[in-house]
Amino acid sequence: MTELTLVQAVNRGLQEAMRQDPDVLILGEDVGVNGGVFRATEGLQKEFGPGRVIDTPLSETGIVGTAIGMALYGLKPVAEIQFLDFIYPAFDQIVSELAKFRYRSGGQFPCHVVVRAPYGGGIKGGLYHSQSTEAYFAHTAGLKVAIPSTPADAKGLLLTAVHDEDPVIFLEPKRIYRAVTGEVPDGDHRVPFGKARLVREGSDVSIFAYGAMVPTATDAAATLALEGISAEIIDLRTLVPLDERAVIASVEKTGRAVIVHEAARFCGFGGELAAILAEKAFYSLKAPIARVTGYDTPFPYSLEHVYLPNTDRVAQAARTTVRAG
Amino acid sequence: MNPDSAVEPLSYTPEEAAAALGPEWTATLEKAYRWMALGRAFDARMQGLQRQGRIGFYGAATGQEAVNVAAGLASTSDDWVFPGLREQLVALVRGLPLEEYAHSIFGDALDPARGRQMPCHPTARPAHYVSMSSVIGTQISQAVGFAYALRHRRERGVVLAFFGDGATSSNDFHAGLNFAAVFDLPVVFCCANNQWAISVPAERQTAAASFAAKAPAYGLEGRQLDGTDFFAVYRELSMALRSARAGGGPVLLELRTYRLTPHSSSDDPRRYQPAGWAEEGARRDPVARLEAWMQAHDLLPADRRAKIAAAADTTVRAAVRAAEAAPPPAPETLTEDVYASRSSGPAEGTE
Repeated sequence: MTELTLVQAVNRGLQEAMRQDPDVLILGEDVGVNGGVFRATEGLQKEFGPGRVIDTPLSETGIVGTAIGMALYGLKPVAEIQFLDFIYPAFDQIVSELAKFRYRSGGQFPCHVVVRAPYGGGIKGGLYHSQSTEAYFAHTAGLKVAIPSTPADAKGLLLTAVHDEDPVIFLEPKRIYRAVTGEVPDGDHRVPFGKARLVREGSDVSIFAYGAMVPTATDAAATLALEGISAEIIDLRTLVPLDERAVIASVEKTGRAVIVHEAARFCGFGGELAAILAEKAFYSLKAPIARVTGYDTPFPYSLEHVYLPNTDRVAQAARTTVRAG
Repeated sequence: MNPDSAVEPLSYTPEEAAAALGPEWTATLEKAYRWMALGRAFDARMQGLQRQGRIGFYGAATGQEAVNVAAGLASTSDDWVFPGLREQLVALVRGLPLEEYAHSIFGDALDPARGRQMPCHPTARPAHYVSMSSVIGTQISQAVGFAYALRHRRERGVVLAFFGDGATSSNDFHAGLNFAAVFDLPVVFCCANNQWAISVPAERQTAAASFAAKAPAYGLEGRQLDGTDFFAVYRELSMALRSARAGGGPVLLELRTYRLTPHSSSDDPRRYQPAGWAEEGARRDPVARLEAWMQAHDLLPADRRAKIAAAADTTVRAAVRAAEAAPPPAPETLTEDVYASRSSGPAEGTE
């Protein structure tokens, strides 16, 4: 065990994967000499050389297209997109190509690429360094979507992603890159996909969150506990595959659900969770499902503290559901 | 391919032909002609089937046979092909069985891709022919990544990246050529310029003097050549492959051809092609040009030519018969191959 920040855990995960398998390569903008603008790839080019930690020209479609070609051959590329906000030039490669290669080739061309991208608000990044658009990717069949919220999960989910057989969009909550530290197992630590993490057990209301919203939800649960409300916190860890069983089981126990994400509300991932609960846990619900989300606006600069769900908003939503029935 | 139609003659002496095709040049020529005849016959048959409603769609490569056959014959089994839209014949020359290709056009149970793609989108890993989408240009940067992998593993292969004139306007043309040149990778970029992106002519894709002229700006060499001249295409492709294999880096070949059939079965070129264009194209018919040259040099006697045509017809008919006899894909294949294992998907999904 080593005490690490989340971004250090990402770094150790990449290092471990590259030590395990010479076919693991990293490519992206500033990932080599500079070690990444967030230092997620710090020291890796020194250890593994410029042939495996590749500074590319500035083109997201080029980065992901190149990574796809490497994966079609059988390498295990990890592409870094500097901010999720800049991924859209590569959206065609991700949605039209990466997600569909296995299907359209009848399994002849599996295409396993990990696309890492820091995402989310809270760093005063304005419209183009803050967005949380995981729903685009979760909506696309063929992709998996993983979002860690702790240093241990950052390493464990990343190692699982690198050794998975399917393409993985790996979203890193940059707001908590350095805000939290935690014990991270050394060596080949893997956290399976599709297994939600029970952060805190509770009996009155289930709060579902992922990424940087997990600590926010956990803080809200502490506030609620002082008021006698017992909140259960579930960290989804992977949106695809989704641990549907854990989500439903929790609501069957508590009868109430609050869904928290930074992303805009309309067609956000919370809508899918709410629909699943309405379809499969309807008779357990004692109160309407509540969503605490970003606004249906572009991501603001000065008012980001208003835009982002905070402890108060999450706690208030939980209180409302508890009072409703 | 009417031998009497006035085609632009290929002006090669037998010595020049031998220099272009190598020591086994007459055998290569015979093989090339058979493949071109087969490609032409297959295209004609498929267009007929489409009009009869027996297949849903077809996009012929009529006019591009010299490029496709030369690429298939000049490349080695170590090389890989990333197709654009009309390179199916390259896959056939490289070993994709015609019957298997027919199954993919019919989208039946014996199609390796289970009928998931439209016709003309075959996938053939054993032939080193990569699965294509219908999106224009995306394969160009993928080809570059594949070449990176080949070099990483110290393999001898070179990647042939095909695309049309329209694709030179795409993001991935720019990204792909740029990355390939910066990383100095073994890629032969083949712009099969058939002069039309559906209805938009080549001069609407670029104001540059040619598509090949774009290459030097990326730091690689670009060469424009007559894509209806089998000798020229074979010679230049062989040279480019040899050079890339020896570490000479990427190159862009612009292969100028004439699209002699509509963009696809859903297209009507009378709406946009100027009068006389088809006639000009017919004079540059690559099959007719090669045929005329071979006849002029006594390399294709009439009976031999008839035999080749009959053999092509028989092969095509057998492939169609096999495909029409195959059942449609089983419904449960709908949800296969989305992920490596069926349980990996979002929830259960399909109940």
